[in-house]
Formats: sequence, C-alpha cells, structure tokens
Amino acid sequence: MKQLRRNFLKLSGGAGAMAAVAAAGLLKAGSAWAAPWNKGAFESKAVADAQKNLGATSLIESKDIIITAPDIAENGATVPVAVTSKIPNTQSISIIAENNPFPLAATFEIMAGGEGYVSTRIKMGKTSDVRAIVKADGKFYTATKEVKVTVGGCG
Amino acid sequence: MKKMRGIGLVVLSAVAFLAVAPPVMAQGDLSVGRKMLNEDNPGDLWVDIGKELFYQKRGPKKVSLEQCDFGMGPGNLPGAAARMPRYFADTDRVEDMESRLITCMTKLQGFDSNELMKKAISSPRSKGSDIEALALYVTSRSNGMKINVTLSHQKEYDAYKAGEYIFYRRNGQTDFGCVQCHGEPDKRIRLQDLLHMTVKAGAQEVASTWPAYRGAHYVVRTMQWRLNDCVWQMRLPDLKYGTDYSIALTTFLNHRGNDAVMQVPGFKR
Amino acid sequence: MADPMKIRATLQGDTADVRILMRHPMETGTRKTSSGVVPLHFIQSVIVQHNGKTVLDAQWSQAISQNPFLGVRVKGAKSGDKISVTWTDNKGDKRTDEVAVAAGS
Repeated sequence: MKQLRRNFLKLSGGAGAMAAVAAAGLLKAGSAWAAPWNKGAFESKAVADAQKNLGATSLIESKDIIITAPDIAENGATVPVAVTSKIPNTQSISIIAENNPFPLAATFEIMAGGEGYVSTRIKMGKTSDVRAIVKADGKFYTATKEVKVTVGGCG
Repeated sequence: MKKMRGIGLVVLSAVAFLAVAPPVMAQGDLSVGRKMLNEDNPGDLWVDIGKELFYQKRGPKKVSLEQCDFGMGPGNLPGAAARMPRYFADTDRVEDMESRLITCMTKLQGFDSNELMKKAISSPRSKGSDIEALALYVTSRSNGMKINVTLSHQKEYDAYKAGEYIFYRRNGQTDFGCVQCHGEPDKRIRLQDLLHMTVKAGAQEVASTWPAYRGAHYVVRTMQWRLNDCVWQMRLPDLKYGTDYSIALTTFLNHRGNDAVMQVPGFKR
Repeated sequence: MADPMKIRATLQGDTADVRILMRHPMETGTRKTSSGVVPLHFIQSVIVQHNGKTVLDAQWSQAISQNPFLGVRVKGAKSGDKISVTWTDNKGDKRTDEVAVAAGS
C-alpha cells in the first residue's frame, strides 16, 4: 500500500500532492505552502531524465512559447531568460539549459491568478539550447533557443 | 619580381581584410541581454543600504552624513552628484564623489581616512563596502537629472585640462594611454567591447552609469575602482584611492558627458 | 539574517507586473576558494502571493544566478493589492517581503 501511495504521489506531481494534502484538511487557507522540491528532476544529469521527472513523457513543439534571451551571453553566470506562454491554461513553465551538468534550472507552477510568464537569470556552463517546457491542460509543450556562452558560469 | 608582387598582393589583401573586417559581436547581439539586465539591476539593492548608512549616526563622533556638503549645501542631495567632480573650499581641491565621501566621513564622523581607503573597494561576492553603497545612494539622488559639470573654478578647469592630458598620454612599458582603448569606435579586449569616449555618446555613458553593479563581481563598483582597473590593464602602478590623477580623469570625462541623464546603478558585465 | 528583497509591482491594465530582486549567494557547491569548496547554498523555493493567495510557486536549482531576479505577472490586480514574496533556501533560511501594487504610469 505504501509503495502504491508513493507512486501515486510521484505520478501526480507537485500539484497532485498538494490537492491530496488539501483534501486531507492539512492545508490552511492562505498559507504559503510550497510544492515539494522535485529532487529527481533537479538532480537529473540527462535532459531526457529531467523531462521524465517533470512528468513530460511527450513534448509538442509550440510556436506559442516565446523564449527571450540573448543570442550571446556576455557572462554565463548571469544569463537573462524570460519565457512567455501564450498557450491557454498554462499550469507550469520549466527552464532547462541542455548542456548544464544538471539541465533543469527552474520550474514555475502557475496558479489561477498568475500569467504564463516568468523572467529570471540562469547560469550556463557553455553554449547550449535553452529549452522551455510548458504544461497546459495536462499536456506538455516545448520550444528552444540557442544561447552562445563565451565565459562559462558554473563555478 | 613576380614572386615579390605576389607576396605584396597577399600582404595588401590581408591588411585590407583587417581594415574592413566587422567586429565579431555586433552591438545588436548584446543589446537584448543588456536591456534585460539593466531593467532589473541587483545593484538597486545597495541603494537602500547606502541610504541607511547615510542617515545612520556612525564613526567615533557618532554623527550621520546629513551635514556633508556635496556642493549644494549640507545634506542637499538632489542634483549634487550630477555636478561632480567640483571644487570644495573646505579642502581647497576638486573632489569626486568617493573622495568627497572620504572627506566627510573623516571630518564629520571621525573615521580614519587610511582605514576607509583600504576598505573602499570590496571583494567580489562580499557584502560590499560602505563607500560603494554610499556613493551609489548619493549619486542615485541625481537620477533623472542632467550631468552638469561646470568648470567655473580655476581648479576645476585645471583638473579638466589635466584629465585631458592624462587621457591622451601614452605611458609605461606598454606605451598605453586611455586613448588607445577608448579613442576609436569598435574596439574590444577579447569579447568585451570598449566605449568610444572621445565622442559625446561614449563620454555620456561614462558620466551617467557609475556607480554600477559589476555582474561578475556581484557587488557595486565605483569610478575609482574602474580607473584603478584600467591603470592595472595598462600595467601602470596602482592608483592611490581618491588621487588627483583619478579626479582629473573623472572631471574630464564627466564634463565631456554633460547633458547625459544620470541613471545609476549602471550594469556592467 | 536574510537580506531584504526589492519588489516592484506596477499595474498594467489589470495585470500587476511584478519584479523581484533578491540577495543570495546561490552557491553551486563547485566553487573553489583558497579555503576549499564552498558548499551548496541556494534558494530552493519562491512563493508569490496576491492578497494572500498563492499565484506562483517556483522551485529553483543552484543554476539560478547569484543575487537572483524573478519577474512574474499577476492577473486581476488592483492598485493597493498586496503582493508578498517568500523564499526558502536549502539551509532552511527564509525571507518574506511585501509591497502594494502601484498604479501604472
């Protein structure tokens, strides 16, 4: 039973776990309850594993995902990346730097009041595709943009 | 003869190629990233730190810097940085923002000037120095205003002329002057493009974007730091903090940058 | 003691454009100094709330840059609404700051 419950929680991802906990009456209204940190995804060394751990079994290329980032990063330690998702009912946006030692840089869960938009700065070890993965209506969409890095920014 | 002409052609075409080869990174490639970083600058976090330091009673004399005169009367900050460097009667010299802060922090607050200068330039990734935060705060009080360095006092004019002389003077084992890096368009050191400061736009950028957040250092840097780094690049001896050499150069560049709109902190790589 | 964030929330129509600057070393755990390798130390979670309701729940890795920035947009906002941001790092340190949504220009 324990194993089944563990698998259920893993499959439903952060939101599913939250729903289960909320249903159990453990979630207080208005409290800042963070989704559990997706260790599996963040510690994946291969892009395919990171995607799998995000629950993205299949990806649909989408032109409705716009990645705003420089063509060439002046400093690989601070690469500005903004992702705009025009896909309706965007539930989450994840940012992956494909050639980083740990490709998944961040994942943003967007609730009802949030717009499908995030902007941040990431470290890139070397020239790589920056991949955005958007979850919308339970399906996963993706787009990439290459960012050239001259001075790597990992350590 | 034929052979020589052949070599001559190769040399000529190589020279011609070098003369017309475009820079590796055109400005357009960098503008997207620079715009994004400039719009949301971590350096802003130090403006509040500087403000707190400014109004706090500090030093052996336990007073704030509200009595410090930056040229527009004690504690009158809006527009003061836009007119600096300038002559100050109480020290009988032209001072830039950093040297004026040292003057006030020693005279008013009782700090030791050598100690201040030793700590003035912080280590990368550190909390930053007091002077870096203070220089940023006081300068930020001129944000949105036009740079207006007047040369009304003889010593201000002298500083300007000295700065101009220094800018063009070639020195030391490398025979470098500022003009070698900053006197022509499209110059760069490796992939870092260099400001063309002998034209208005370049001088205006210098005058209006310091202090700046230095991305690679994760702290705020001032013009004093920048000039010391340039001098190091030229393999010349280190600059003493707040020395006349640096004040002269800053006077020259800021005056040349007049009418630029102050916008600090800047964001540098 | 965690350093304060700088948050700007400006109304654009009925969407609040929220920009958050944070102070944090975001150490990757691979940086070497003269005293050895600096241990992993990074913000793992950022929550953005609008009038007490969570609108964005971010999970970060150590690949987010030092002195991080986060830009988000909140729908259905009005001038004066409360935007609150909480970050938590891998050592359990936390910081919460809040601002009121300002009218756009």
